[in-house]
Amino acid sequence: MADVRVLMEEQIPRLRRYARALTGDRSSADDLVQDTLERALSRFHLWRHGSDLRAWLFTIMHNIFVNQARTRLRHQHEALESNAAVESMRAREPDWLELRDLESALAQLPHDQRAVLLLVGLEQFTYEEAARVLGVPVGTVMSRLSRGRERLRAVLAAGGNVSALKVVK
Amino acid sequence: MIRLPVTEADLHAYVDGILPAERAAEIEAYLADHPEDAARVSSYCEQTAALHRAFDPILDEPLPRRLEVPRPVWARAALRYAALVAWIALGGVAGWHLHAYHAASEYEATTWARRAAVAHVVYSPEVRHPVEVGASEEAHLVRWLSKRLGASVKAPYLGDLGYSLVGGRLLPGDRGPVAQFMYQDGKGQRLTLYVRRDADKRRETAFRFARERGVGVFYWIDAGLGYALSGEIDKPELLRVATAVYRQLNP
Repeated sequence: MADVRVLMEEQIPRLRRYARALTGDRSSADDLVQDTLERALSRFHLWRHGSDLRAWLFTIMHNIFVNQARTRLRHQHEALESNAAVESMRAREPDWLELRDLESALAQLPHDQRAVLLLVGLEQFTYEEAARVLGVPVGTVMSRLSRGRERLRAVLAAGGNVSALKVVK
Repeated sequence: MIRLPVTEADLHAYVDGILPAERAAEIEAYLADHPEDAARVSSYCEQTAALHRAFDPILDEPLPRRLEVPRPVWARAALRYAALVAWIALGGVAGWHLHAYHAASEYEATTWARRAAVAHVVYSPEVRHPVEVGASEEAHLVRWLSKRLGASVKAPYLGDLGYSLVGGRLLPGDRGPVAQFMYQDGKGQRLTLYVRRDADKRRETAFRFARERGVGVFYWIDAGLGYALSGEIDKPELLRVATAVYRQLNP
């Protein structure tokens, strides 16, 4: 039997990717991953051995994310500042402008739509798996996916001016 | 050919590449005639690609330290020992683990007994530094370890059984410091006694035994302290020593 810690470690990069896209901020994303790992470790006797560890971890992360929603609103000001600091440090990275456009567009989606769009599009969960992670029916996943993608399309299309800045670099 | 109507769900399933080939071909035929939907679908596909371009690099980033899964320090120490790594990788005391997931307390018990066994395997072969404080400073050793554990610990006298105290060391445990006493007989056979504080001051358990790859461990909890006696000797002899330890601690 492989050590559960090793199994858990294998999932960290994907948890970080999802958390980063979900929160749009490096440090809150890692906070979220850290909280998720701590909660998972303290409860891993509840995990049914042989069941999908990744889905279980994402479910824990989702629950923490939702529960922290109020706190997050309070700290939004700080988050924006730290984001700006990271931005200035990382401004030379080639994909940064696209990342920033995409992150700011994602930030304009309601978080339930954003979560579905990321679980399906980025993390490649099936609709049924995403429904289990979020604790909602598959039909709800489908309607959030549909609305989320359409909204993201509209936001990105409206952001044409922002894209034009890329030429100026 | 009769085609099923194309739904919104079909378009998303097409974007996500989960339709059977036949249905996907029907959707493509439909999109050829419906430029608005085709523009949406192509935009959604581009969204997915952009998400991967933007966020996949995170998969390759080195992990910040705080995100390393907390790992018991004995495991880090153990990694220095190639043989020990194999010992753990091959299953270690996996046998003890098998039923452990059914009950948290059972899991906890096997975990610390396992730590004791690993600590035995790590330190008992040491020639130059088997202990931090030698038996010549026994009084100091016992005072020091008692202070660090926050409980009165004793180094039992096992001379009647042919084992003399080599000394002891302080080890990190899952919930604070742990003491390890080392004994040795005339042939250099070593035993270690691992002592940790238990969460419950009044809990007592019977002797339990586990063995893996030659290391036997008797472990029990008594008066707020957990004890694990490890050695590469026969079970009856180890039991004899464990019983002597228990009697001395409960005169």
